[in-house]
Amino acid sequence: MQMPAPNSRILSRKDHIVARLQSVLPVGAVVHDPIQTRAYECDALTAYKCPPLCAVLPTSTNEVSAVMRICHEEGVPVVPRGAGTSLAGGALPTADSVILGVARLNDVLETDYDNRFIRVQSGRTNLSVTGAVEEDGFFYAPDPSSQLACAIAGNIAMNSGGAHCLKYGVTTNNLMGVTMVMADGEVVQIGGAHLDAGGLDLLGLICGSEGQLGIVTEATLRILAKPEGARPVLVGFDSNEVAGHCVSDIIKSGILPVAIEFMDRPCIRATEAFAGAGYPDCEALLIIEVEGSEAEIDDQLSRIIEIAKRHNPVEVRESTSAEESAKIWLGRKSAFGAMGQINDYMCLDGTIPVSELPLVLRRIGEMSKDYGLDVGNVFHAGDGNMHPLILFDANKPGDLEKCEAFGADILRLCVEVGGCLTGEHGVGVEKRDLMVSQYGDDDLEIQLQVKDVFDPGWLLNPAKVFPLNVTETRRAG
Amino acid sequence: MSNTPTSEQDLSDLIQAAEGPIRIVGGGTRDIGAPVEGTPVSTAGLSGVTLYEPGALTLVAQAGTPLEEIDALLAKEGQRLAFEPSDLRGLLGTEGASTIGGVVATNASGPRRIQVGAARDFCLGVRFVDGAGRVLKNGGRVMKNVTGYDLVKLMAGSWGTLGVMTEVSMKVMAIPETETTLVGKGQSAVQAVESLSAALGSPFDVTGAAFSEGKTFVRIEGLEASVAYRAAELANGALAGFQPVSGAASSDIWARIRDVSAFAGRDGSIWRISVKPSDGPRLVAALDDLSPDALYDWGGGLVWLHVADQPSAGAARVRAELAKLGGHATLVRAPADVRATVPVFQPEPAPIAALTRGLRQKFDPHGILNPGLMGA
Ligand SMILES: Cc1cc2nc3c(=O)[nH]c(=O)nc-3n(C[C@H](O)[C@H](O)[C@H](O)COP(=O)(O)OP(=O)(O)OC[C@H]3O[C@@H](n4cnc5c(N)ncnc54)[C@H](O)[C@@H]3O)c2cc1C
Ligand SMILES: Cc1cc2nc3c(=O)[nH]c(=O)nc-3n(C[C@H](O)[C@H](O)[C@H](O)COP(=O)(O)OP(=O)(O)OC[C@H]3O[C@@H](n4cnc5c(N)ncnc54)[C@H](O)[C@@H]3O)c2cc1C
Repeated sequence: MQMPAPNSRILSRKDHIVARLQSVLPVGAVVHDPIQTRAYECDALTAYKCPPLCAVLPTSTNEVSAVMRICHEEGVPVVPRGAGTSLAGGALPTADSVILGVARLNDVLETDYDNRFIRVQSGRTNLSVTGAVEEDGFFYAPDPSSQLACAIAGNIAMNSGGAHCLKYGVTTNNLMGVTMVMADGEVVQIGGAHLDAGGLDLLGLICGSEGQLGIVTEATLRILAKPEGARPVLVGFDSNEVAGHCVSDIIKSGILPVAIEFMDRPCIRATEAFAGAGYPDCEALLIIEVEGSEAEIDDQLSRIIEIAKRHNPVEVRESTSAEESAKIWLGRKSAFGAMGQINDYMCLDGTIPVSELPLVLRRIGEMSKDYGLDVGNVFHAGDGNMHPLILFDANKPGDLEKCEAFGADILRLCVEVGGCLTGEHGVGVEKRDLMVSQYGDDDLEIQLQVKDVFDPGWLLNPAKVFPLNVTETRRAG
Repeated sequence: MSNTPTSEQDLSDLIQAAEGPIRIVGGGTRDIGAPVEGTPVSTAGLSGVTLYEPGALTLVAQAGTPLEEIDALLAKEGQRLAFEPSDLRGLLGTEGASTIGGVVATNASGPRRIQVGAARDFCLGVRFVDGAGRVLKNGGRVMKNVTGYDLVKLMAGSWGTLGVMTEVSMKVMAIPETETTLVGKGQSAVQAVESLSAALGSPFDVTGAAFSEGKTFVRIEGLEASVAYRAAELANGALAGFQPVSGAASSDIWARIRDVSAFAGRDGSIWRISVKPSDGPRLVAALDDLSPDALYDWGGGLVWLHVADQPSAGAARVRAELAKLGGHATLVRAPADVRATVPVFQPEPAPIAALTRGLRQKFDPHGILNPGLMGA
């Protein structure tokens, strides 16, 4: 994977740039020692690393603005960073870039239960947003598995989802407003405690823009009353196809589960060996969770089981207690860890129409044989967001490249059947070069033109999202 | 050349050959915004559902497809557009039949918006022709998609100023088994919004919360037993004294709120104002000098304001009070001469206005798509 060559003029002016940044920030907020900048050399896509010129950790929107003014004047690229859990290399620096980390911006600014929103600084972690309102019976719905670590800033930039987005939507459906610092340091407010935009929906555009349009420093988020309870049922099938049909039938029935998770045999076996959740040894299993009062849960689960039974399941396990629920979720929650025990893995994120599930799973199986690499599937089936985990050995020469080629083939397949390259992890550097398989030249050009409007100098996270050859002339300018 | 293109290519040719402004017409049910002087271009020739997969909750339709056709098709499978687009023909005194493209272009959402989201949240993908005649696409037909910038959201609610949509993909949802509305009487607007806040802050999944024509309404939808349970919990708690209404009587209530029927046939101007819910009654009280009449939807956060006999529809006063609270106001109905001088859409602060201008310049370099409609 290629990154642009660093600008030598910037590298040679490092001392000057660092001094200017130090002049507007508190002591210790500029990390420039070559050993210490290594802490910012990558995100969760650890295959690619490069320490930045320096990293800054501002403590207010005004400080972010001052940093951006300096970087704008000096022509230095800026890579925004939340908690660095991106799986797409979104926060990967270049040697000539300043990492702008929002980790010190983590206050709750306002909580309003009557109007059901919370306003926070963007470096606050996802889980601690819910933590701030939980005692009063509320929660923030989008719940990426990384929620203990990841920041709202990164969630907004990637439009992150979670296990429960089947019912509650992803970040963009729960974001009401932002304070954002533009590439030239200007501070803008978009949206707020009211719904929808008065003019063009700029908020919708910013969400998912991968740090390329502005630095988000504050966010107004919708909070919801916690449901009275939740319980899952686990259903095993002897074919992926049948499990796929069962998903469609449940969705069509009008019952709205909060989650429908899918695991295939390789993944079931790996998690069993790792976590011992007592899953049946079958081709495919679904975990379907519903919410409400005890009676409402019983009613919904019995309807779901009735639908599942029409598909000849090999196992139906309805949770009747918190303990049993935890056991059912245990395997699913440890799936990534379990696969990681076996080998290094790459996690894909392509999304497909639910109806194409059986076909895509079959094709992945065939490709797995062709490439000689194992793959396990664990994903959000309700919305077609796949997470194939390709196993490889990082110490074996050529294995990473083979794995990447396999991954690219899977993603192209997703596009071919009417889906897309990424459902929630973002493009970053990882899927940058595949963008041409989903979009035509003009479809990409209009997106670049959007960035031109927000960031005419192309200083914000410039080497991401779009193929480098497509953005070359703009980045040079 | 025909002004009713029947293909994307036709439309692209037409736009490239255009020598002056174009006024984009869907069903033509909205005559709002500053009056647009331009050659009408109709989307009526771009009609028809191209894909409907009930099991995947997705529908793809050409932009000129009448909403009624889509509603009927979905109803056969027990599904619907959950964001509840309104029929404002009565209010605006217009005719014609709304199109799915018009609904997306105006981000038109009804009472259920507070719970499930707006039209923009249900639009999964768009195809459109921009002001330079480029045929473009963004998004797709899957529920989750973060591949590149989300231009779908940008197109939703852009009122035809960034491009003419030719096809949209929508997420659809099942029609619930049943619905019940709890009706409260005798509350002031402030008391009503307090009740609505309490209901919306409960775990009982309220899908409608309005105060209209002196009554407070809270809607619950879902499975039979569940609706009965939740209605009882609310009536025994936050909504003590409210009476349940079910079935057709309940859906009639929400059709009336959705379509702002209470103001239909009345002279005067209509504002549609989005604020923080608890600010709704506050705003209306502050505008007492205009002798307004108000309907509150979205838990108090959507105010439909009727003002009669005010020069410029009271615009200066409405926007001055709104500036203190935050939010936005659109002048939905007023005589054409008022709309020609009063900004119909909320004026934006300078840096936001600059972004809007910049985007429009990229999508519509010659300024020919609905010029003036959303302001300069
Ligand atoms: C184990 C694991 C599980 C995961 N599970 C999920 C999951 O279930 N669902 C899901 O959607 N994702 C998941 N992810 C991916 C990741 O956690 C999300 O993308 C997350 O939102 C990234 O947040 P972050 O704060 O770590 O951002 P970072 O990694 O720091 O940055 C991500 C992107 O955001 C940009 N950015 C950061 N801060 C700002 C800012 N202030 N302004 C503008 N742009 C900014 C960066 O430039 C970068 O492009 C998972 C990751 C891991 C490692
Ligand atoms: C200010 C205002 C607020 C409204 N708010 C709501 C609401 O909250 N809830 C609700 O349910 N309804 C609302 N409506 C009604 C909503 O506009 C209609 O449901 C829908 O737009 C009518 O569709 P149509 O086909 O008749 O559109 P038309 O009246 O033909 O067009 C409406 C607008 O969309 C543009 N347009 C139409 N088709 C396309 C296309 N294919 N591509 C690009 N642009 C196109 C037109 O140029 C015009 O600007 C609102 C209307 C107004 C005036």
